[in-house]
Amino acid sequence: MGAHHIIPAKTFLNVLIALLFLTFVTVWVAQFDFGVMNAFIAMAVASIKGALVLMYFMHLKYDDKSYLVIFFTGIFFLFVFFFFSQLDIVTRIFEGNTL
Amino acid sequence: MSATTTHDSSKNYINHESGILSWLTTLDHKRIGLLYMWTVLTFFAIGGFYAMLIRTELFTAGKTIVDAGTYNQFMTFHGAIMVFMVIIPGVPAFLGNFVLPLQLGAKDVAFPRVNLLSWYCLIVGAAIALCSLFYNGADTGWTFYTPYSIDTDNGTVWLVLGAFVMGFSSILTGLNFIATVHKLRAPGMTFFRMPLFVWGLYSTAVLQVLATPVLGITLLLLAAERILGIGIFDPDLGGDPVLFQHFFWFYSHPAVYIMILPAMGIVSELITAFSRKTIFGYKAIAFSSIGIAAVSFFVWGHHMFVSGQSEVAGIVFSFITMLVGVPTAIKTFNWVATMFQGSVRFDAPLLFAMGFLFLFTIGGVTGIFLAVTAMDVHFHDTYFVVAHFHYVMVGGTLMAIMGGLYYWFPKMFGRMVSDFWARITFLLIFIGFNVTFFPQFILGAMGMPRRYYDYLPAYESLNKISTIGAWTIGTGFLIALGVIIYAMKKGEKASDNPWGAKTLEWQTSSPPPHENFINDPVVTAGPYEYR
Repeated sequence: MGAHHIIPAKTFLNVLIALLFLTFVTVWVAQFDFGVMNAFIAMAVASIKGALVLMYFMHLKYDDKSYLVIFFTGIFFLFVFFFFSQLDIVTRIFEGNTL
Repeated sequence: MSATTTHDSSKNYINHESGILSWLTTLDHKRIGLLYMWTVLTFFAIGGFYAMLIRTELFTAGKTIVDAGTYNQFMTFHGAIMVFMVIIPGVPAFLGNFVLPLQLGAKDVAFPRVNLLSWYCLIVGAAIALCSLFYNGADTGWTFYTPYSIDTDNGTVWLVLGAFVMGFSSILTGLNFIATVHKLRAPGMTFFRMPLFVWGLYSTAVLQVLATPVLGITLLLLAAERILGIGIFDPDLGGDPVLFQHFFWFYSHPAVYIMILPAMGIVSELITAFSRKTIFGYKAIAFSSIGIAAVSFFVWGHHMFVSGQSEVAGIVFSFITMLVGVPTAIKTFNWVATMFQGSVRFDAPLLFAMGFLFLFTIGGVTGIFLAVTAMDVHFHDTYFVVAHFHYVMVGGTLMAIMGGLYYWFPKMFGRMVSDFWARITFLLIFIGFNVTFFPQFILGAMGMPRRYYDYLPAYESLNKISTIGAWTIGTGFLIALGVIIYAMKKGEKASDNPWGAKTLEWQTSSPPPHENFINDPVVTAGPYEYR
């Protein structure tokens, strides 16, 4: 396990400001209709916020790298789930399936 | 494998503390294992009772004992109880809890309090699930398919929430086992000196941790849709019912391997111990467990070939499903090769392991039939699927649990089970099982749909045979229960290592002391150094 790392309060404050700013961005972009990109943009902003929380508030940036491996294993299986579900849904559209 | 122990039969984990409260608050993995044993046996009796009712109803066409609505509830409860309350906790939480730390040379699991919490999660979840009985029951089948599960009676919500809570039990057990394997192995026990049962439990734990949360999310979404009217799966609300099946099977197909992988670990232990021979292909069997666990995440769509899933997705899932056969066959061939030229002792545990080999192979091969999309169109939702599933789950997992129970019984209770009566139970269960489920392959090929209350006269004779088989299995399990209870009270005293096995759990006393080993074991060789 990596050595215990104390994060300066200033870093926490900067992350908090970034999270508040990104929350504002989420609300602001919701006013516009980007069509199929709506969900993508909202998820992109949320992902950045999630990454900041994981890296700084949950110390993933400073901890033992094995935690990173465990975390990305979960992300990988989420990707697997999305990929195959989307493979079905998207190819259903191409096949003219009425579902 | 070696261990330094001092035999002290007067003090052990059973008489270390006394009173019901000492059991309900215990942090000892062995006692928690026994709590799981009684819990699983109780649920097995309830689930088995429903199975008998189902088969009795199907003894004749039309109404035999109950109406169609009640039959649907019997079918739902049989499936939900057997899957969520018996087979999933059956091997990891019961046998795994008892055996894993002993096989690793550890004093306990990594998080004993979490271990106890996982048992309470199972109990609370099961209690919530049983509340559905007070709401006219649930009648969706254990798969809770939408859109029917959104519209049917409120009992479904209770069953779904119960399964959600029981999922936490599974996740916590998985987390505990992963941490235990990584952190609490005895000095000298490298990964490749771990017994194969531990490899099976480890692969299972990874599945439990990664897949079970998806079931939790799915069931919560379903409950939210029912209670709050949010459109996720209901087409009337803009949802996609096929998406529910993606969500559900993303967990529930790996769950099949949660049920079978640790059972395969038990079979590895039994075959090598009763063949008196080093296991053939240790690393191949160990890696094939990991291989099966990995592939299991990519094949869920084979449950959905006729659901309206796209043809492209069907072809991809069909191809990947075939790959499961490779690591599974590796295991089977290695087990057979282990027995070849071994000094085989046909004690009851080995008979169950051989029963596993025979029945699981049939279950596996018929799974390949169902993986072929063209054949699945005909077999899907027929009794062929019911037979295939039971050959894998009952013929595979339950056979292994019975074998494992008889094998580790002397370690658990310090007494021997009567080998004669154990063989009788094997014969009844094995013969009864084949009489029950083999005709169902034929019924399925003839086109009889599964889950139906009634059937055409052409199916009646095979249904009668199947029901007689089910009664035979029931008799076998009842005798087994009697044999086990009798052995606990009056069985012949067991020595520390009655089977002459080499793994660490047999190097301590029977039953083991509170902290498993008097002196910490040191491992200097592999787990199966026979010859």
